[in-house]
Amino acid sequence: MPTTTFRALGLVALTTLPLQAQETDPNLVADRQEDGRWVTAEDIPTFKIEEDGTVDWATFSGFRRYHAECHVCHGPDGEGSTYAPALKRSALTMDYYDFLAVVAAGRQKVGASDNSVMPAFGNNPNVMCYVEDIYTYLKARGADVVPRGRPAKRADKPPEIAEQEAACMGG
Amino acid sequence: MKTIGSLSLTLLLGMTLSASANDSVTEAIDNSKQWAIQTGDYANTRYSELDQINKDNVKDLRVAWTFSTGVLRGHEGSPLVIGDIMYVHTPFPNIVYALDLANDGRILWRYEPKQNPDVIAVMCCDTVYRGLAYADGKVFLHQADTTLVALDAKTGGVKWSVVNGDPTKGETNTATVLPVKDKLIVGISGGEFGVQGHVTAYSIETGEQLWRAYSVGPDDQLLVDPEATTELGKPIGKDSSINTWEGDQWQIGGGTTWGWYAYDPDLNLFYYGTGNPSTWNPAQRPGDNKWSMTIFARDPDTGMAKWVYQMTPHDEWDFDGVNEMILTDQEVDGQQRKLLTHFDRNGIAYTLDRESGELLVAEKYDPAVNWTTGVDMDPASETYGRPTVVAEYSTEQNGEDTNTTGVCPAALGTKDQQPAAFSPKTNLFYVPTNHVCMDYEPFRVSYAAGQPYVGATLSMYPAPGSHGGMGNFIAWDNIKGEIKWSLPEQFSVWSGALATAGDIVFYGTLEGYLKAIDAETGDELYRFKTPSGIIGNVMTYEQGGKQYIGVLSGVGGWAGIGLAAGLTNPTEGLGAVGGYAALSEYTALGGQLTVFELPD
Repeated sequence: MPTTTFRALGLVALTTLPLQAQETDPNLVADRQEDGRWVTAEDIPTFKIEEDGTVDWATFSGFRRYHAECHVCHGPDGEGSTYAPALKRSALTMDYYDFLAVVAAGRQKVGASDNSVMPAFGNNPNVMCYVEDIYTYLKARGADVVPRGRPAKRADKPPEIAEQEAACMGG
Repeated sequence: MKTIGSLSLTLLLGMTLSASANDSVTEAIDNSKQWAIQTGDYANTRYSELDQINKDNVKDLRVAWTFSTGVLRGHEGSPLVIGDIMYVHTPFPNIVYALDLANDGRILWRYEPKQNPDVIAVMCCDTVYRGLAYADGKVFLHQADTTLVALDAKTGGVKWSVVNGDPTKGETNTATVLPVKDKLIVGISGGEFGVQGHVTAYSIETGEQLWRAYSVGPDDQLLVDPEATTELGKPIGKDSSINTWEGDQWQIGGGTTWGWYAYDPDLNLFYYGTGNPSTWNPAQRPGDNKWSMTIFARDPDTGMAKWVYQMTPHDEWDFDGVNEMILTDQEVDGQQRKLLTHFDRNGIAYTLDRESGELLVAEKYDPAVNWTTGVDMDPASETYGRPTVVAEYSTEQNGEDTNTTGVCPAALGTKDQQPAAFSPKTNLFYVPTNHVCMDYEPFRVSYAAGQPYVGATLSMYPAPGSHGGMGNFIAWDNIKGEIKWSLPEQFSVWSGALATAGDIVFYGTLEGYLKAIDAETGDELYRFKTPSGIIGNVMTYEQGGKQYIGVLSGVGGWAGIGLAAGLTNPTEGLGAVGGYAALSEYTALGGQLTVFELPD
C-alpha cells in the first residue's frame, strides 16, 4: 500500500512540477522583456508562455530554427536521437554561456565507443542569429511548458527582433 | 528454331560483354554462391538463385554465427562474400574486416583508416556507409571524408588512395562505388550543405581520375551533348541546366549522387539519380533547377549522358531522386522491353525504357501520396512527364514563412535509399517503404561554406487516417503500376530487401527483426529479433555447400533521428495506434552481423 501512495504522489509531483518551476525557478522565470526577448532576473534568455498557451516570439522562432538546423542530429522537439543528446535537457542543465560556447565552437567526444562530433556553428548566420531563440525554445521544452510539435499560438514578432535579424542576416 | 537463334545470340552477346565489362566483377556476380556487389548484381535486382533455404523450410532458420563490428552508429549496406572471404564494413570510422568463412569467421585482416573526426559534423544524417565494392583482386573503401582506397583483397594492403571531395565544404561520402570495366564510378553526398553534386570515374588500376560529370552547371561540366542527350525523346538543348537557375545559385545547387548505381553491359550505360536542389526553401531558387531530382543514363567510358529525366522539377519537399534504378527485361503490351524501375522519394514508381528513356508507367506506390495528382503521360502535352502539383501542398505556392501541413510523403520519402528487390519468378518488386507525412515551412537562409544550408522547418508524423504505423512492405507490379499486397509495419522499413529462388523475400525492421515472407502471398514465414534495429540490407551466400543469410543490425541513419524519440501525430491526437511509438522503446545502438542457416 505505501508503494502505491508514493507512486501516486510521485505522479502528481511530476505533472505539477513544470508549472511550479516556471513560476519559481530563477533560471526559468521571465523577469522582463529586453530588446524584444524575455530574460530572467540574471539576464539569461527565457520563455514567456501566456495562460492560453500563446508562446513568446523567441520561443516560436527557436522552434523553427531548431527544426531546420539542429533536429537532423538532435531529433524532433529536442528529444534526442540515436546518436545525439536530447537538448531539451541540456538547456536546463547547462549554463547558458557554456551552451553558447558549444554551439559556436563545437565539441568532440571521439573514442573507442564514442564518435560524437558537434560542429562549430560560429560562422553560420542561420544558427548564430537565432541562438538565443533556440536556447529559449529548448528551455521551454525541457521545462515541459511547450508540448511537442509546432506551438499552436504565438506572439507577433517584436520590431526590435526584426531589426536585429535583418542586421545579423546581412539584410 | 527461333528460340535457338535468340539463345545463341544471347550467348554471343554474353561473350562480347564479358570481354568489355569488368571480367572479375561479372564472373564474381555470376557465381551466386558469392555476394560480390552491394546490389546483388549490376541490374540491382537483389535476387539470388540460391534456393536451399526455401519457403517450406525457412521456418527452421537459426543463427549460425554473429560478429560485432565494434562500432555503435547506423549500419547500412551489407557484407560482401568473395570465395571464402567475407568483407565487413562499418560506419565512421569505416573499419574493414576480412573474415575467413572456412575458419569460423576468423579475422584475416582489418583496415582502419585515420580520418579527421570533423567530417562527422558535416554528415547530415548519421555516419552511415553503404558498403564496399570488389574488382580485380581489390576491395574498395570509400570513406566518410571522401578518401577512396583500394585494398588488396588478400592482405588488406593499400594499393592506392585518392580524395574525391572536400569535407570542409560539406562534401562527404555515404555510398558504395560501382566497378565498371576498368573504372570505378563514384558519387558524392552533401545536399544539405550546398555542394555542386557530381559523379566521377577513377581508374581501378591506378586511382587516376578519368572524368567528372556534374549534376548542375554549364554543359561542359554536365558532360552532355545538347543535341544528342535527350529527355523524353527530345534533345535537352544548350545550357539546359543553368537556364533553369537564377544567377549563380547552381554553384551551390546540390544534386548529389549518393544512391545505388546500376549498369547495363549490353547498352553500356550506367544509371543513377540526383538529389535535392539546395536550399530546401524553393523561393530562393526559382526555376526547374535542372538536373537535380533526375534519372541519368551515362556512358561509363566517357561520362557523357545519353538521356535524362527530371522527376520533380523545382523540388519543394526534399524528394531526392537518388533511389536505386532496377534493370529488368520484361514484356510490355506483348513486346519484350529493357526496363528501368525506380521507386522515387516523391512517392511515384516510374517504369521507363532504359534504352531510350521513354516513360512507360508513373504511379503512386503509397495511396497516401497527396502532393501530386499524378504525372502527365500525354506525349503531345506541354507538361509531358511533369507531376501535377496540388496547390494546397505546394510549399512554393504557400510561400516562405507559411507552414504547409499534411504533405505526404514526408521529406524522407515514400522510400529512401533502402533498396527494393525483384524476383524474375514472380515478376514482382519487393519494396521497403515509409508511411510518414509532414508539415513543411520554408524560410530564408544564408549560405556559409561547410555549414548546413537547409532553410525549412519540418515536423513528421505517421500517415493520418491509415494503420497508424510508419511503414509498409509492399509487392509492386511495375507494368500495371499497382500494389499487389502491402504489409503494415509499425516503423519505416529502412532495410534493403532480398528475393531468392527459394520463393522467399527477406527484410529487416527498425525494431530489429529479420523477417522472411512468402514471395507470392506476403505471408510471414519466419522472424528473429537481432540485437539492434536493422537499416542494413539482407544478403545471401553459399559456403561449404550450405546457404547462409546475413544482415547487419545497428540502428541509426535518418530513421534513428526522428523515430528514436517517436513521431507525434497532430492530426490524430493522443492514443492513435502507434502514433507515439518511440523506437527507443524497442532497440538500442550496436553494430552486429547476424548470419543465419538451416539446421544440419
